[in-house]
Amino acid sequence: MNMLVTPTSPATPNGTTRPQVRIVIVGHVDHGKSTLVGRLLHETGSLPEGKLEMLKAVSARRGMPFEWSFLLDALQTERDQGITIDTTQIRFRTNSRDIVLIDAPGHAEFLRNMITGASQADGAVLIIDALEGVRDQTRRHGYLLHLLGVKQVAVVVNKMDRVDFSAERFKAISDEISAHLSGLGVKPTAVIPISARDGDGVAERTGRIGWYKGPTVVEALDALEPARPLEALALRLPVQAIYKFDDRRIVAGRIESGSLVAGDEIVIMPAGKIARIKTVESWPVTPVAGRQGAGRSVGITLDRELFIERGDIIAHANAAPRETRRLRARIFWLHDKPLARGDQLLVRSGPKESRATVVAIEKAVDPGELSSSENKAIGRNHVGEIDISLSNPIATDPYTDNPRTGRLVIEVSGRIAGGGLVLSVDAGQRAVPVDIVPVESALRPDERSARYHHNGAVVWLTGLPASGKSTLAKALERRLFSNGGSPILLDGDTLRAGLNSDLGFSAADRSENIRRLAEVATHLARNGHIAIVAAVSPAREDRAIARRIADTAFREIHVATPAEVCEERDPKGHYKKARAGALASFTGIGNDYEAPHAAELVIDTSTRTVAEAADEIEQMLKSSGVLFDEVVDLAANI
Amino acid sequence: MDHLDQLEAQSIYIFREAFARLKKIALLWSLGKDSNVMIWLARKAFFGRMPFPALHVDTGKKFPEMYRFRDHYGKEWDLDLRVEPCPPIDAVDPTLPPAARSAARKTEGLKMALAKYGFDGLIAGIRRDEEATRAKERVFSPRGLEGNWDVRDQPPEFWDHFNASPPQGAHLRIHPILHWTEADIWAYTKRENIPIIPLYLAKNGKRYRSLGDQDITNPVNSNASTIDEILIELEQTKVPERAGRALDHETEDAFERLRVAGYL
Repeated sequence: MNMLVTPTSPATPNGTTRPQVRIVIVGHVDHGKSTLVGRLLHETGSLPEGKLEMLKAVSARRGMPFEWSFLLDALQTERDQGITIDTTQIRFRTNSRDIVLIDAPGHAEFLRNMITGASQADGAVLIIDALEGVRDQTRRHGYLLHLLGVKQVAVVVNKMDRVDFSAERFKAISDEISAHLSGLGVKPTAVIPISARDGDGVAERTGRIGWYKGPTVVEALDALEPARPLEALALRLPVQAIYKFDDRRIVAGRIESGSLVAGDEIVIMPAGKIARIKTVESWPVTPVAGRQGAGRSVGITLDRELFIERGDIIAHANAAPRETRRLRARIFWLHDKPLARGDQLLVRSGPKESRATVVAIEKAVDPGELSSSENKAIGRNHVGEIDISLSNPIATDPYTDNPRTGRLVIEVSGRIAGGGLVLSVDAGQRAVPVDIVPVESALRPDERSARYHHNGAVVWLTGLPASGKSTLAKALERRLFSNGGSPILLDGDTLRAGLNSDLGFSAADRSENIRRLAEVATHLARNGHIAIVAAVSPAREDRAIARRIADTAFREIHVATPAEVCEERDPKGHYKKARAGALASFTGIGNDYEAPHAAELVIDTSTRTVAEAADEIEQMLKSSGVLFDEVVDLAANI
Repeated sequence: MDHLDQLEAQSIYIFREAFARLKKIALLWSLGKDSNVMIWLARKAFFGRMPFPALHVDTGKKFPEMYRFRDHYGKEWDLDLRVEPCPPIDAVDPTLPPAARSAARKTEGLKMALAKYGFDGLIAGIRRDEEATRAKERVFSPRGLEGNWDVRDQPPEFWDHFNASPPQGAHLRIHPILHWTEADIWAYTKRENIPIIPLYLAKNGKRYRSLGDQDITNPVNSNASTIDEILIELEQTKVPERAGRALDHETEDAFERLRVAGYL
């Protein structure tokens, strides 16, 4: 479409190095996307000569008032009619940036369009109608941006003319959307009140929004940071083939990132063999001199004979990709049959293909409903996060390090069925569920419930060291047992002495510690016991994983005793040691404890006796359906 | 990298994928400007030689200049040239309009060649900008056992990942220049100095923009007698490229019917 909008200006004019930023505009239908785009093209002087006059004439002839959205609609019509257009991208320029606007229209096909377009966007503009405020679709789009890793989001509150340019209305919307986005880990780069139709706030701060001091839309776009150009990243040359048509043995492929030149020392991954580039071959003239950069399809010869095969990745020796058999990926799923744990797939990462097994589905979301369904399967057009185990090691990068090599597609029966971004390599060390057939207990859960007068549960006590978790846990254990129940204490330190003795105190080891605690506790809960976990568990994300594992059985109790009180108590002498510098990685000194946002119960043991606190927990377990008030008649359930 | 460099690199990538992932492929050489650029790109991809046959499905009704071009460059470029005939006109679907019926001979000839050699991939020089149904194409486009194209059930294709597993007996069409435009083809032909058939250049106010069979291809009005002039003409013209192709204009769906049945 750039042909129509800027017929003569190249993306990077001679002599300047204007950064190019790719953005996507998203928001609820009718909140003003097309109007804003039309206005932006006009304000940045990006319209071809005569285009505006033409549209005015068309509007007049039809007796309609002029609308900026006509501009985009006209382009859309031209495209529908099949006129020569090879992309769905609109280009315009701000003071210091070339902006490529990725068009993501459509409703039914929204996800696929958004993902293919926005997965390559550097930033996004999220548009909200000032009158209607934050709508479901606004939140949904915010979620998708988060999912795709788009971190730079400028929010525009449009149609301010419809609310009399009310600063109060603007602030209310601004607060709401900022809270929503922050909850997703996205901080808006700006929230801007505008009237796209009249131009307020788009390129100019008009008197009607005189109370607003922030950037205009054009200024906000001008401040977006471009993705690092592919050439500036580390060299990645995935091998497509090795040709030996004559006496040369040519390794062929496309440079996905970085650059190379004859003489470079390279490493071939995943094997890790080292060689030097002898020549860069080409046709009709060969060899070619000079550095070859990202995007080029090249052929190289090496200074020694090495076994290389399709799918290997050539990199510079000091900046090679990771070799792994385990990946975590954020994927979108396009296949009719939902993707489930244990499924066998073919994963393609560039020319490399590997058989793979889905080890775990950590998240499954319907972006239409935004409901995070149970972690069992990812349905058609849904998105999710999965752990994959590969039958062959592959060399790859997380997409945050390299957007080209950090993506993959999934094939089922010879057909592309989904695709996604590599979040991390060497994901959790969970066993591959191949050939593992879990053995069910001989007893039904309700048989146990009838005897114990409670359902299985995981009661998770989190809090600073010496906040009183273990004391409370023991009191609760005694209380439940006295009433005929089956409580089992899982103390973090106790398990570290055995099951978890292989783990240290790095962030990864701590996460794994929590994951194992959660798995054991969940197993007990499924068998009708109340597992009482007492563990500092400082990281919110780790506890979120524990909650996902235990699912509806999870009850979180934040033992929120003030830090000074904890340090004063110091029953194990840890605080004293830590203060003396003799205890590394101690939670409590320093600020690495992340308190829960929404625990089922919060208890401060400095203001309550142990018995009072146990009462409160018992009450919570009753009101949330873990403990029964009355004996259940087992016969009634049969 | 400039625009033509990018187009070239992308096409080379596609050629190499096709060669790596399919067992037996051939390039369909119609002798026109697009397939000549394709052969050039293939030679770039494979460092001077094209490691698979060039297949000319011959209706026997091409212009003499085209046959001369084929015989000359087939040798000069050292191509493994296979010329395959088409069945007579009364062997094809009689319900098609005359020009389309004539073109459908080529579809049948293609099927015969496929059966004869057992190709699982055919490289074809179609472009998205030529025509609306071609705009909907995939780079690796699966065909049914009858050579038919199911436009409603095309596999997803993104990030340069292609579906390359045709069912037993079926084949794939591979489109390495799908992303080029007519103007790109001419600009690249000029830059690389690729030979062309002189019929493309104007003589007495007429030239061919697209070359097919003699009986169903007409020249358009033009004074463009050099590639530079063609490029200027393309910037200004509102006449579609295939205006001179009779079969595109017989009935609204004639071309779509042909393509669904396996035409290029």
